[in-house]
Amino acid sequence: MIPLPWLLIFAAALFCIGLFGVLARKNSVAILMGVELMLNAVNINLIAFWRYFQATGADSSRAWTFVAVVLVAAAAEAAVGLALIISAYRKRKTVIANELNLMKG
Amino acid sequence: MTALQIIFLFVAAITLASAVMVVSARRMMHAALWLVLALAGVAVIFAMLDAGFFAIVQVLVYIGAISILIIFAIMLTRKAMEDVGPQLNRGWWLAALAVVGVFAGLAVVIVSWPGVMATAGVGPDADAIVNFGKDLVDPDKYVMPFEVASVMLLAALIGAIYVSVEHKGGQP
Repeated sequence: MIPLPWLLIFAAALFCIGLFGVLARKNSVAILMGVELMLNAVNINLIAFWRYFQATGADSSRAWTFVAVVLVAAAAEAAVGLALIISAYRKRKTVIANELNLMKG
Repeated sequence: MTALQIIFLFVAAITLASAVMVVSARRMMHAALWLVLALAGVAVIFAMLDAGFFAIVQVLVYIGAISILIIFAIMLTRKAMEDVGPQLNRGWWLAALAVVGVFAGLAVVIVSWPGVMATAGVGPDADAIVNFGKDLVDPDKYVMPFEVASVMLLAALIGAIYVSVEHKGGQP
C-alpha cells in the first residue's frame, strides 16, 4: 500500500502549484484552472484519509459525501466563473485580471 | 517497494509536472490540455485508493465537463489573449516565495503529525457504493448535503445563464 505521507505531500504539492497559479497568472481563465487544481488536491486528501482511517467496515458514505459536495462546488464554481469571465470580456475586451476593474469606485 | 508504490510515484510525477505546466504554459490552450492530463492523473490516484466511483466521476465531471467548459471559454476570449507577452504578474516571485512557504509549513505539519504512519485497512465493502446511494437519500443521513448541493447546482446554472446572456439597453 502507498504510505500515507506520500499521498499527503503529493496533495500539498498539487495544492501549492494551484495556489501559485491563482496568485501569479494574469489570465482569469488560468486563475480558474489554478482553483481547479487546488480543489483536486483537497479531494485527494479527503479520499486518502477515508481510505486510511475509515474504509474498514465503517461508514464510507460520510467521507464520500464530503468529496461529492466538493465536486459539485467545483462544477458550480467553474460554470459561474467562466460565465462571469465571458460577460466581462464582452464589456471590456480583456480577460487580464488586473484590467478588470469595473467595480472600482 | 511494491508495484503499487512505483506506479504511484510515476503517476504523481506526471501529475505534478503537468500541474506545473498548467501554471507556466505560455499559451492558454496548452495549459488547458495539460490540465486534462493533471486531472487524469488525479483520477488514477483515486482508482489506486479504491475509490473507483470517484475516479469515474473525476473523468466524467472534470475531464468531460469542466475542462471542455474551460476550453470553450479560452476559445471565446481568444482575441484578448496575448500569447506573446508575459503570462505572469510582475510580483510572481513574491507568489512563488509565499507558495514555497505554505508548502514547507504543510510538509512540517504532515511529517510531525503522529497519525501519519497509519496503515490502510482491507478496503471498502463491495456494496459501499450501494450504501452510499441509499445514504444520500436517507433523511437520517445525508439527504441535506445532497439537496443543498442540488440547489447550489441549480442556482449556478441559472446564475451562469443570467450573467452570460447579452442584455440589450446597457444595464447589466
